[in-house]
Amino acid sequence: MFWRIEVKNRPEVRDPVGEGIKRDAIDLSVESIRDVKMVQVYILEAEKLTGVQIKKICEELLSDPVIQEYEFGHLEDKKFRRKPKSGWCEIETAYNPGVMDPWEESTKKGIRDIGIDEPVTVKTGRRYLIKGKLAKRQLEHISQKLLYNKVIQHIVKIQTLKKTLSAHKEVSYQFQKKEIEILALTHKQLLALSKDMQLSLTLDEMLAIRAYYSRLGRNPTDCELETIAQTWSEHCVHKTMRGTIEYREKTNGKWRKKIIRNLLKSTIMDATRKLNKSWCVSVFKDNAGIIRFDGENNICFKVETHNHPSALDPYGGAGTGIGGVIRDVLGVGLGAKPIMNTDVFCFGMPDLAYAKLPKGLLHPKRIMKGVVSGVRDYGNRMGIPTANGAVLFDRRYTGNPLVYCGTLGIMPRKYSFKKVKPGEYVVAVGGRTGRDGIHGATFSSIELSHESETVSSGAVQIGNAITEKKILDTLLAARDRNLYTAITDCGAGGFSSAVGEMGQDIGVRVELEKVPLKYNGLSYTEIWISEAQERMVIAVREQNLKEILKIFEAENVEAAVIGRFTNSKRLEVFYKQERVCNLEMDFLHNGLPKLARKAIWQPPNIRNTRPANRKNRCLTKSLLAVLSDLNICSKEWIIRQYDHEVQGMSVLKPLAGADNDGPQDAAVIRPLADSRRGIAVSCGINSRYSEIDTYWMAVSCMNEALRQIIAVGGNLKQVAVLDNFSWANTSKPKVLGDLVRACYGCRDASLAYGVPFISGKDSLNNEYKVGRGIISIPATLLISAMGIIEDVNKVVSSDAKSAGNLIYCIGTTYDELGASSYYNICGSKSRNIPKDNFKTSRNIFELVSRCAALGLVRSAHDCSDGGLAVTLAEMAFSGNLGMSVDLKYLKHGIPRKKLEDDVLLFSESNSRFVIEVEPKHKSKLENTLKDIAFSRIGELRDDSIFLVSGLNGSSAIKCDIEELKTAWQKPLKW
Amino acid sequence: MKINNIKVLILRTAGTNCDQETKVAFEFLGAKVKLQHVNEFVWGRDKMYNYQVIAFPGGFTYGDDIAAGAVLANELKMKLKGQLEKFLKRNGLIIGICNGFQALVKTGILPGSKNWRQKASLGCNDSGKFEARWVYLRKPKLKSQKLKGKDKCVWTQGIDEIIYLPVAHGEGKFIPKNKPVLEDLLDKENVVFQYCNANNRLSSYPDNPNGSIEHIAGICDDTGRIFGLMPHPERFIFRTQHPRWTRGEASGAVPDGLKIFKSGIEFLIRA
Repeated sequence: MFWRIEVKNRPEVRDPVGEGIKRDAIDLSVESIRDVKMVQVYILEAEKLTGVQIKKICEELLSDPVIQEYEFGHLEDKKFRRKPKSGWCEIETAYNPGVMDPWEESTKKGIRDIGIDEPVTVKTGRRYLIKGKLAKRQLEHISQKLLYNKVIQHIVKIQTLKKTLSAHKEVSYQFQKKEIEILALTHKQLLALSKDMQLSLTLDEMLAIRAYYSRLGRNPTDCELETIAQTWSEHCVHKTMRGTIEYREKTNGKWRKKIIRNLLKSTIMDATRKLNKSWCVSVFKDNAGIIRFDGENNICFKVETHNHPSALDPYGGAGTGIGGVIRDVLGVGLGAKPIMNTDVFCFGMPDLAYAKLPKGLLHPKRIMKGVVSGVRDYGNRMGIPTANGAVLFDRRYTGNPLVYCGTLGIMPRKYSFKKVKPGEYVVAVGGRTGRDGIHGATFSSIELSHESETVSSGAVQIGNAITEKKILDTLLAARDRNLYTAITDCGAGGFSSAVGEMGQDIGVRVELEKVPLKYNGLSYTEIWISEAQERMVIAVREQNLKEILKIFEAENVEAAVIGRFTNSKRLEVFYKQERVCNLEMDFLHNGLPKLARKAIWQPPNIRNTRPANRKNRCLTKSLLAVLSDLNICSKEWIIRQYDHEVQGMSVLKPLAGADNDGPQDAAVIRPLADSRRGIAVSCGINSRYSEIDTYWMAVSCMNEALRQIIAVGGNLKQVAVLDNFSWANTSKPKVLGDLVRACYGCRDASLAYGVPFISGKDSLNNEYKVGRGIISIPATLLISAMGIIEDVNKVVSSDAKSAGNLIYCIGTTYDELGASSYYNICGSKSRNIPKDNFKTSRNIFELVSRCAALGLVRSAHDCSDGGLAVTLAEMAFSGNLGMSVDLKYLKHGIPRKKLEDDVLLFSESNSRFVIEVEPKHKSKLENTLKDIAFSRIGELRDDSIFLVSGLNGSSAIKCDIEELKTAWQKPLKW
Repeated sequence: MKINNIKVLILRTAGTNCDQETKVAFEFLGAKVKLQHVNEFVWGRDKMYNYQVIAFPGGFTYGDDIAAGAVLANELKMKLKGQLEKFLKRNGLIIGICNGFQALVKTGILPGSKNWRQKASLGCNDSGKFEARWVYLRKPKLKSQKLKGKDKCVWTQGIDEIIYLPVAHGEGKFIPKNKPVLEDLLDKENVVFQYCNANNRLSSYPDNPNGSIEHIAGICDDTGRIFGLMPHPERFIFRTQHPRWTRGEASGAVPDGLKIFKSGIEFLIRA
């Protein structure tokens, strides 16, 4: 029998959820909306629950006696079919069948705690009461844009509710082994098969598979074919980066040709090999890169993308993105404790007119809000501080938003490696397996289009952070008692990838009927490739099995033995004694034919257009406009929604200053309460430069990430970086050419700065089909950096500290306004993007570090987007102090005829810092810096005036710091 | 009681987050700390009255599904009432921080009544979203001055100036059931902390980060031994946790968060 329970706030209590929806609706220009109230709906199904029991459940568990009221009855009770009050309308939403209902488990637990042991199923939904004169069209508009996402939810029709609920009763699965005919297929048919089964395999790959099975004299089972597709997916093996590339490049008017075998290995990984740092513990091998932290501990870092799922379901996609990367860290070596999350997003313009939104897309603002809430709800629930990140806006991300999620972890040194032996048990830990996330690995290699949401909705998953938190707590306890020998996470490809990878060198045998399922009716292949969230796989010795299962049981974590590692060098999968997969590990992991691609790069043909009417330009206005550039403005609206201080390790928060709201360069944490040693974490990203030259784009991203570490008082002695490439379709030679050049930039900068890459990931094919056209994302490289801080007490923040202190600019300013923020607001273009002299940069980095170590630096801020002007303004308003600066003292390398105030103020040249120094340290500082370019350009004032004198002596910029701060804070103050 | 005889229980369950840093705070003062899962008590393998202090730490117990702290509160009421009452009879101390405070209020342990009837709640922030920021806290200006210098709440004795701590929550708006409950809380001096601004004045958002009625940030029971608050004292144990330490603030000997744990432990040492 079904019971329906409705819980809502008492009339006198505010309903902030409803108020938020009202605000968003007005934002959608539905201005006639007067009020919104949210009613929480629970539908309980049980054979024998009485009304008295339901009442008790409502009173004790589901409603708050102080602020809420409730109502309950049989599902079909007339009172639930009443018409809305006049002037009001109603919408009710619920999760689609098969989608995990995040509240179900805890609600069931609560009911059991009350002492009601009847088996109950729980479904939750939300009823929205909306007041105002709304046309049907407007109501639909609000529902679709704000109240539900059809990929995971639907609108409930009360009249047919029971039918819907009953229609999806569990069905049993009739086993039938499926073989797929490939031996007799033509090339065309093979390709069609790859497409129909969503395998994302190329013809060469299909032919290699056919050849393998010809030798065996049989056809593959569906399970085998799926396993190969998952293992060979771009997502899992990075075949573009590891394939052969015929590369042609035009530099200085000459074409050069080169054959690159394994781009990744010959550039980025090669730099790490050459640098040969003794503190690199495990690089490019495991789920995350590991480096030394101190005598007893190592730290690790991994950054992942979750772009495609976030485009379809921003909330779920971003949440499972963060969930996935946390599991990477939990699955590195024998498991690390996650200590910080990072997030970097790229979105379309949030003010895009709805009329201009291509078909099938969610609006950028909705995507952004969903993504931020997804990271917030998952990250906060996991108890991991999200303390560093960045947000970029560009119309080319409209169809393909980018969501990068990173996690750092710490582990005792002895747990940095894993090794599986034959005879050990395969144990699945955590969430149950359902139909969610099927084909995620192969889906990530397909271009998106308006059909994606129907074709690939199975690839979308909803996470449950608490399941993952329980796994985290118990696994670390088991690790510390040495109860397992290897661990990996179930990510893309599900068990097929995780188990296949663990048993790669020895062989493994799995029995799929032993996998705990969310519901019946899953075929063996679905169980095998499901990407249901919150699952880990561990290898356990026989003698430890009992003890480890006890640890899981003590904290209500589900674990099941699903197989055993063997000596067979084969991947053998059974379902109820029937063999459904029998693959040689060698073929699975080494049989993938090398991808051969062509790449080409030549300088873009861009006509330089300098800002018009330059002499009369008001630079105060320009500065205010640049501060309001969405890529530069304050991200406080996002940052405050993340718990960036949980775990109590925060040393430098993302926002700090006189009013706790100034932008900081890198986040610093101290992971151990009894040690002063810390970690600085930063990121560099700038896709505007990609259009001109991805080589210098990559170098600039590296330079930016390192600058930020230096600015907070770090040094280059022990910094490691990660690469994340999000690119458009790399089967196009020009797109791949951009990738090759970016890799060269990464390699050269890595070698020159002495900073190794330790891990990376690429996400290719980020493009969106609109009618006949295609929107490709700009080449977007994220460099994430972590550096060791020897003593957190010496960390430097960016906010100005005291009036009278001197302001220095370190480094040289060049005429490098190409693709700058300033040119963006002026509508100008030119090819002169920032370059870098590696040797000079390294000197600058080292000497700025030395000044900080000597305690000479009161505040420091790096110059990046928006140039010197933005840096100075941010330091001044963050410290609540005025500033006087004179441009004629600024060291520059600009030819006389190009020398203008705006170039000095807004050029984005690399390797520059602004630092604040007490007058008493003047000579010591200048002495320390004598080998590099620096200039004393001004001082801090005891009022609130921000004054910049131009080259001709008159004031170039004059305004109040409040005005600057308002311009910087306003755009995203939602 | 000697410091090394003081045993602190930090109660964990699914979704507990701030257990480690709370442990650091108590251990810093020399107390013995045990992190123990709620199942151990429900299954009878450990008893709450084996400890002198119970800390209910921050986090998202059971995902904060249904409402923040609701499922844990239900579990405490249904499964552990006996043990908790015995613990309190033996004069144990309780501190509930953030999610722990939410759970204590929703069980009715705070502000407290004979049958654990819920008399207040913590609702959604007026801003409608989770927020992490630092706040100033002050003790209410007392109507009577009879308790001046000696606080009712054993966790805040000796704190005589405004203090500064971070909040990080989405459901922290303190709402008393009705006017008599509110008046009773104020009259009996059970309101321990109110949100205020840097100048010790009551002020609105963001100083009052969630819209709490009467700016209430933390309360205690009639005995003063059970204390709950939304802000996180365990996040300000070291100077470098203060958001403006690089500006020379937080130079005092005892960071504000530590003062609270110290007050509780010193009370037990004196007892």
